[in-house]
Amino acid sequence: MSVAEAMPARSYNLSKDELGADILEVAMGPHHPSTHGVFRMDLKLDGETVVDLKPIFGYLHRNHEKLAEDIPYLGSMPFTDRLDYLCGMTNNWAFALSAEQLIEIEVPERAEYIRVICAELTRLVNHCLLVGFFINDLGALGTPLLYALREREKILDLFETLSGARMMVNYMRFGGVRCDLPDGWLQECERIVDQFPAFLDEYETLLNENEIVITRSQNVGVLTPEEATNFSITGPMLRASGVNYDIRKVDKYGIYDRFDFKVPIGAHGDCYDRFMLRMLEMRESVKILKQAMADIPEGPIMGNEPRVFKPDPQETYGRIESPKGELGFYLIADGTTNPYRYKVRPPSFVNLTALRHMCIGQKVADAVIILGSIDIVLGEVDR
Amino acid sequence: MSLIAKGILQGMAITAKNFIQSYYKKERLPTVQYPEEKSTVNQFTRNIPFLVYDGEDAIDGMRCTACKLCEKACPPQCIYIIKDTDENGKPIKRPEVFDIDSSVCMSCQLCVEVCPFESIRMDSEFELSNENRFEGLLINRDELLKSNEYYHEIHPIEAQDTDDRIAAKIAEAEAKKKAREEKARLAAEAKKADAVMKNAKVAAVTEALAAKAPAAEQIQESEAKTGVIKPEAAALGTTEKSATKAPPPEPVSKDDQASTPQTKESKAPGEDSEPKIF
Repeated sequence: MSVAEAMPARSYNLSKDELGADILEVAMGPHHPSTHGVFRMDLKLDGETVVDLKPIFGYLHRNHEKLAEDIPYLGSMPFTDRLDYLCGMTNNWAFALSAEQLIEIEVPERAEYIRVICAELTRLVNHCLLVGFFINDLGALGTPLLYALREREKILDLFETLSGARMMVNYMRFGGVRCDLPDGWLQECERIVDQFPAFLDEYETLLNENEIVITRSQNVGVLTPEEATNFSITGPMLRASGVNYDIRKVDKYGIYDRFDFKVPIGAHGDCYDRFMLRMLEMRESVKILKQAMADIPEGPIMGNEPRVFKPDPQETYGRIESPKGELGFYLIADGTTNPYRYKVRPPSFVNLTALRHMCIGQKVADAVIILGSIDIVLGEVDR
Repeated sequence: MSLIAKGILQGMAITAKNFIQSYYKKERLPTVQYPEEKSTVNQFTRNIPFLVYDGEDAIDGMRCTACKLCEKACPPQCIYIIKDTDENGKPIKRPEVFDIDSSVCMSCQLCVEVCPFESIRMDSEFELSNENRFEGLLINRDELLKSNEYYHEIHPIEAQDTDDRIAAKIAEAEAKKKAREEKARLAAEAKKADAVMKNAKVAAVTEALAAKAPAAEQIQESEAKTGVIKPEAAALGTTEKSATKAPPPEPVSKDDQASTPQTKESKAPGEDSEPKIF
């Protein structure tokens, strides 16, 4: 039995005999600009068509989960920044949420607002990068990506003023946030958020009606709602397939029930929908940000919580809607200062499982944009 | 779809706008040509820790007391501290070795948060490249020590906060010290008064004993003769005790303590007299 016969090909019409070609195996990565990190796809190609795909990762494994078992709970906080290194704030929040369930502490009102502001800014940062790199993957090298990076940099400057670092923020603490907003920070943030829709308008004019973008990405990498739920896909990728599931609405963690925002839903589940959905989500994030900045109260940012604590033996799972999907931290406490087990549910990793299914039958060049539309970060996939 | 596409032309117009505006609009071209020109560093930036010292001399003015809290808090364990000792081998509150491996440090600032002496702080120096990848990246104590003026230069707001906090701490410590001195003074006075009372008490007890002494001798004699009059002796003892309790001590100079010395008095005679009688 030949390789082509062994592969369960989907919408794969031409056999290798018809083409008179043999199956070509290509190791794409780990050092390839389109794989967004040290990720490798072992492709089996028949001409230009992908017959099979095997994702290989682990090149960036840093022992994150085992390491956390040897250090106190708070010591893992700076390591969570390095999971999805583009969204430090949401990683911090998910871990803080999980640990707060463990020790049952309340977060002050102001800290909750700061958390929402930071998380939504992170969503802007992440989606800016994603749309930029997505267009980059389509072949528009550089220019649109740099426009997106330029906007992202403004938000990273805000993070730097707030926490001292652009990406490795280490800002949230159990029961609050590390420090209060500096003077003038909110005004600066408001200015940047007010300018943001102008950038989005410009970016949409630049790309949304662009014929090349449309031809390249529509009906590519289609994922039906049933398939998406079966692959346990979460986040924008799931919503692009038409499933209305947003943990901000489902769990209403933090204070998300106080904000008025919509959850954009896609209709086709293809790469174009995923791209457009992120653009729409950015607009919703701007809405949330404006509401949060208008309502933010004065007050303490943190209770008097101990830095090292010994929770009772129990287990918790805290999850949030990170820009990439459901980010969860599963903790088992055994009564000591360190967690007995520390498990991360990374959205990038789970969303990556659908890659093979989406790529089979598509062209090699499309495999690149399908991977781009999943929005993976290898720091989170490998941990 | 037409060959000359509307969408593409629209996009190209945007690109042209960006390109032209990049010559005169700052927000269209925010980058700087790095090694030649440098953008100003944000004053909240943190990169690598350093140790703050006060005054002129780095070693004398060192705030660090080698308590090793930062060493314990550091998640990647990049801090290494050895406590200094004087010539007699007695440990003194100062680090002899304070190394930070800058290749391991992940700039998380947890060491800064735990430091109770406001000693370790984050530097915003980012050009840390070095020709030696081992010793060159290991920053030792003398390289880490930087003056408070430098701290004020790089993080003005944070440094001012720290100074205010230290001043408040010193003020609080002084207030505490004053309170302690006041308390000690009061305690000394009380002790004096107590001593006077005790003297009076001892005098009273010895008097009482002197009165009872012949009786005690008699008992001992009778015991030696018969050897079975213990109950009587016990009874006698108790009577003696009550006897010793009975004489009230002379009222001594009572200034402000009214209750405590009295409770002591009521106990003291019994305790004092017991060993003397038996």
